Amino acid sequence: MAIDKSMNVLIVDDYKTMLRIIRNLLKQIEFNNVEEATDGADALSKLRGGNFGLVISDWNMAPMTGLQLLQEVRADNRLKTMPFIMITAESKTENVVAAKAAGVSNYIVKPFNAETLKDKIEKVLGHA
Amino acid sequence: MLDPEDGIVPRGIDALKTRLSAIRARQPDLEPEMVTEVVRAVFQTISDDLTAKEATLLREVEELGRTIATAKAEIAILRVDDITGHDIPFATDELDAIVDHTAQATHAILESCEMLDDVSGTVSGEPAAKLQAATTRIYEACSFQDITGQRITKVVTTLKTIETKVAQIIATFGASAVEAARNKEHDAGSDALLLNGPQLPAHAMDQSDIDKLMASFE
Repeated sequence: MAIDKSMNVLIVDDYKTMLRIIRNLLKQIEFNNVEEATDGADALSKLRGGNFGLVISDWNMAPMTGLQLLQEVRADNRLKTMPFIMITAESKTENVVAAKAAGVSNYIVKPFNAETLKDKIEKVLGHA
Repeated sequence: MLDPEDGIVPRGIDALKTRLSAIRARQPDLEPEMVTEVVRAVFQTISDDLTAKEATLLREVEELGRTIATAKAEIAILRVDDITGHDIPFATDELDAIVDHTAQATHAILESCEMLDDVSGTVSGEPAAKLQAATTRIYEACSFQDITGQRITKVVTTLKTIETKVAQIIATFGASAVEAARNKEHDAGSDALLLNGPQLPAHAMDQSDIDKLMASFE
């Protein structure tokens, strides 16, 4: 299944450095329509007001965490099937289990490389 | 250990009360600061009446008083208030400065890397591929700033917790405030207990472990 790389992608992280890194890595794999949000509430507002094909979110943010954002997305009728990748330094088994239970599409542990990001996006969007 | 059933304590207290009443009757204008002197006088007058158990109890109470005074003096010498007033604020400020400096440096590196990325778009063939591979590697490496930032944030949080607990110990010498602080930490949010931050490499799952775990759910 061909992936539509012109889709809007929302990246969510409270570290501006990470937003910049992910944006640049996405650009290198030809995803050029990238928007940023710096916390869960900002992301939810953008998702509800926009037309996105993929969310890539950090977990550890305040006041709304990435997990809470994921739960909100899955509880929203319009957004509940949105492909959602968690990129996080939280690498304990209970974190992965909690994210999966909340409906995460895939999970990338930091530090990650470009190949892992590309691979997970292709897997998630290939199944979308 | 005193046995309340042997009547020694009530008898001793009653005798003390009787003698205090007698002293008060003789000195109706007794000032509060004279109480210590009066009590000492009472103990002196009843000293001949003390049983062996009462004398032991009195010595233990005096010993306890000396122990408390010594502990207070030792705490004062340790200057534990320096921990909350200077040491921990200094350490956290230094760590915050490290995060700021590495963030600034990382943004400068990223800016240069983005310029190289733009240049790679103006060339073709092997040079373009090499340039892009190099910039990709730089982007990946720059994520160190996020990881180190999270680790430093964990250390700062730990230091601030120590600071709070030391302050509570100084203020109360009790456990109730510490217990309240612990309860507050647990009430911080629904997934607060899952926010552990980056794991040390020896204890961390890598991406292949995560992939296996994710696959196990399919």
